Amino acid sequence: MFKMTPTILRNFFIKRATRRYPYVVRQPFEGYRGELYNDIEDCTFCTVCAVKCPSQCIKVDRKTGDWSCDPFACVFCGICMEACTAKCLHMKSTYRPVTAQRVMIALKGDPKKKPKKGAEECPIPETEAAS
Amino acid sequence: MATRTIIPFGPQHPVLPEPVHLKLSVDDEVITEAIPALGYVHRGLEKLVEIRDYNHMIQVVERVCGICSMIHAMVFCQGLEEMMDVEVPPRAKYLRVIWSELHRLHSHLLWLGLFADSFGFESLFMQFWKIREKVMDINEATAGNRIIVSVNVVGGVRRDLTPEQMRWILSELIGIEKEIKRLTTTILDDYTVKRRTVGKGVVTAAQAHELGLVGPTLRGSGIAQDCRLLKYAAFPDLDFEPVVEPDGDCYCRTKVRFREALQCIDLVRQAIAKIPEGELAAKVKGRPEGEIVTRVEQPRGELVYYIKGNGKKNLDRLRIRTPTFANLPALLVMLPGMYLSDVPVIVLSIDPCISCTER
Repeated sequence: MFKMTPTILRNFFIKRATRRYPYVVRQPFEGYRGELYNDIEDCTFCTVCAVKCPSQCIKVDRKTGDWSCDPFACVFCGICMEACTAKCLHMKSTYRPVTAQRVMIALKGDPKKKPKKGAEECPIPETEAAS
Repeated sequence: MATRTIIPFGPQHPVLPEPVHLKLSVDDEVITEAIPALGYVHRGLEKLVEIRDYNHMIQVVERVCGICSMIHAMVFCQGLEEMMDVEVPPRAKYLRVIWSELHRLHSHLLWLGLFADSFGFESLFMQFWKIREKVMDINEATAGNRIIVSVNVVGGVRRDLTPEQMRWILSELIGIEKEIKRLTTTILDDYTVKRRTVGKGVVTAAQAHELGLVGPTLRGSGIAQDCRLLKYAAFPDLDFEPVVEPDGDCYCRTKVRFREALQCIDLVRQAIAKIPEGELAAKVKGRPEGEIVTRVEQPRGELVYYIKGNGKKNLDRLRIRTPTFANLPALLVMLPGMYLSDVPVIVLSIDPCISCTER
């Protein structure tokens, strides 16, 4: 126990290791994989995100233009964001706020509009969404 | 008169981070027999290969272990790459080493803290976890998450490190190393710590070899076996020797892990110094076919993956042998003859990761 004494004494004079949360909040690191959001205006409904998602939390209907994500099933891996051909999927650098209700992120877009340049040659993936 | 009693230890016990049950036959205060029982947190992750795409499985195997997630994903990708004849770019190999060694570092710091807590030294526990938090910050800033870093893909890695990030990692490691070294005398020379660890739970080298122990538990018994010597990822280019201690007791296992934590820092530094420029991931064509056994060194020891593919998007079979599964039989040798009060210390000395073992 006595070998620890210098460390204990030192701790009296150095900066605190903890923060007074929630009064002091550390800013998130750049590149942290937080909440997912979709700029639905740019979305081409190519369904790549739904196929690539390992937790199968994204559902896309290319006929009706519905894009939905279950934030409670999302594992925040960022694969959909990297695979997105229209580059409309992004991740915030903050956590999803705590909620008492189960809500889905449901967005409605226009599937008939002309896709953005760069997304025109978007390959249509095999529809192999497993259960 | 001596009486023989059976005392259950776990599955819920203040010292156990995860549920494992030990049936202890006790003669007065001395243990005569210990029988471990598992099965409290089985999740059936191996079975998921039959319904999930092998690319999706990377995110699943990462969740097998909540501490060394990156290493699980790395060995799974490594196995698939070998099956599909994919050559991983050199930069990706080095990045894998950097993140896997950071995981080993924080895992050992976590264990050193939990071990201190197991013999009631809570202030030492807090000191180690304070240092660990800095490693977590490095993971979060570079890979985007504290534990589940999700950096591996079949063929390479998904994230890169910028020169600024590497400089920042090196500067953080200086502070981390200094703080770990400051605790050397407390964890290795302190009278109280030595009284609780020296000569407790002894496994001789012959017993360790016979039981097939792995990782720091084996190296603490004097056998220099480390899977990093198998030259996976960028380890063939890095200079290191397995940390070995001769006596096989709890103290030696602590010493091995403590010295390995410092070795991890050295390996990250070497990897950052030697990292080449280049691509992050190779293109992958085709689907896995055939079967393979691949292994890497996890913080707790040798991790073995058996993968069988059939040329389709789903794999046929995945079998994961985690190091704790190999190390649990050691308790049958370590515990008999010890006092009941030493059980928490001895059980924690093998670094049990139960969720990992039950998958």
